[in-house]
Amino acid sequence: MPALATREIVLQGLEKTFRTPAGPVHAVRGVDIRIETGETVALLGPNGAGKSTTIDMLLGLLAPDRGSVSLFGRAPADAIDAGLIGAMLQTGSLIRDLSVRELITMIGSLYPDPLDVDEVLDVTGLRDIAEHRTQKLSGGQTQRVRFAVAIVSNPELLVLDEPTVALDVEGRRSFWTTMRGFASRGKTVVFATHYLEEADAYADRAILMARGRIVADGPTTEIKALVGSRTIRVTLPDVGEAELAGLPGVSGVERRGEAAVLACADSDVALRALLARYPGARDVEVTGAGLEEAFLRLTGEDDDAGRAAGEGDDAGRADGDAGDAEAIA
Amino acid sequence: MRAAGYLRYELLRTVRNRRFLVFSLGFPLVLYFLIAGPNKDQHDFGGSGLDAPLYYMVGLMAFGTMNGMLSTGARIAGERQVGWNRQLRISPLSARGYLGTKVVTAYAMACTTIAVMSLSGVSLGVRLSAGHWVRMLAMILVGLVPFAAGGILLGHMVTSDSAGPALGGITSLLALVSGTWFPIGDSGVIHDVAQVLPSYWLVQAAHVGVGGNGWGGTGWTVIAVWSAALAWLAARAYRRDTGRV
Repeated sequence: MPALATREIVLQGLEKTFRTPAGPVHAVRGVDIRIETGETVALLGPNGAGKSTTIDMLLGLLAPDRGSVSLFGRAPADAIDAGLIGAMLQTGSLIRDLSVRELITMIGSLYPDPLDVDEVLDVTGLRDIAEHRTQKLSGGQTQRVRFAVAIVSNPELLVLDEPTVALDVEGRRSFWTTMRGFASRGKTVVFATHYLEEADAYADRAILMARGRIVADGPTTEIKALVGSRTIRVTLPDVGEAELAGLPGVSGVERRGEAAVLACADSDVALRALLARYPGARDVEVTGAGLEEAFLRLTGEDDDAGRAAGEGDDAGRADGDAGDAEAIA
Repeated sequence: MRAAGYLRYELLRTVRNRRFLVFSLGFPLVLYFLIAGPNKDQHDFGGSGLDAPLYYMVGLMAFGTMNGMLSTGARIAGERQVGWNRQLRISPLSARGYLGTKVVTAYAMACTTIAVMSLSGVSLGVRLSAGHWVRMLAMILVGLVPFAAGGILLGHMVTSDSAGPALGGITSLLALVSGTWFPIGDSGVIHDVAQVLPSYWLVQAAHVGVGGNGWGGTGWTVIAVWSAALAWLAARAYRRDTGRV
């Protein structure tokens, strides 16, 4: 195993702006992350949050406009040359005309200290299709081969950019079980996802990104509490906002005509209190706030700060465009 | 330095690729026997000063090897389409290892085509001295350098979908104006245009086979300039290509 100069991954002040025909898009706007060896970290955020752009800069595929990346004390290119990094990129498929085994062997041969190919085939559940040609695999099989390609190098840092996007529920579960197995060897894992459940179940720590910034960073339990809140929507015409806000478990109220929307820290408690106190409440809906919605709430402050700093009204428009740009870029 | 394993599997992929077998081997082979076969007793074919079997042997060799070299472009475009180039960039495989492997693979394909066409030529009565064979084939290999670089450049310019038409079009056009199908004569517009094309000089290598002078200053200059220009452009295209396609 190569000696590591330091045991950390440090992203400092990363910024990236893409020029598009519609004007500049600020995909990443000041990202600082420090990750210790052995951590499994989820980069969580809606589409267009800047996750993939951050990962591309982490891997040295994209040069940041500002800021720096240090992987175990080295520049990304040096860490890659030393064979310390394995990655499964967001977009991608496999080259054709090789068998699964041949493809994994080929990639392994590029690294100084690869895993045994048979071991990789077993770990990733590819043993049965090892002799199949890569162009004849299903979507789920392809993703597993891509994962095998990422780990055959026996990397110290494994980076996965939305690895389960193409998978069904069962495929997801088995994928993450395999990933956990690999992480348990003391490897550092960074994965991007827009599923809160995946971050919650498979990461020790989650970093929330929205609109190119980090909006929260902490143990997944904390993050879940932060964004996993629910809202209750209820038709209840004659009760004032202040009165509803006083209900236990309710953290915010918004009036929408006859209906009221209650943002809840604890929706169970709030619902019981609501129904007990107001028998006239009807059309009750309880919904989990989507990540998207949670992020908007969390980032509301950021926008205000941006305006105060003189970015003007254009800030909001640029934010909206960031998502599209990431998908195209 | 670790490119040996990569090269091995790239060659394996090439052998398994039908496009290579059809366009770089089968196509020129069949055409050769169709065109040169009935004319095999023609000397001074079309005023070229060469026997028809020799003329078409080299002409179709040029066609097949150009195809093989430029088809690197289709392979690279395909790899870029599926994001494989990015996968390789996050491996320790160096730029030199990657591009070197592409060139070696292309030359391996070209050498196969050259061997097959040479044997076919011999079967239709082409007889050259050993020294002339070596000089002629060596010139063809040198003349393919611009196409090796051009293949890499094209691979970074076209998409996977447009690679086929682009390569087919370029190869057909070059073959047509460079005298692959019939001698283009010693004067006229086509002749003047052909003078600055590397493909023309590939076909002209045939003259070395009968003791002729081959390229002369013009030929070597054309090959050298195209090689340098395309290699520079190809290297630049490669450096710029890290984005998601």
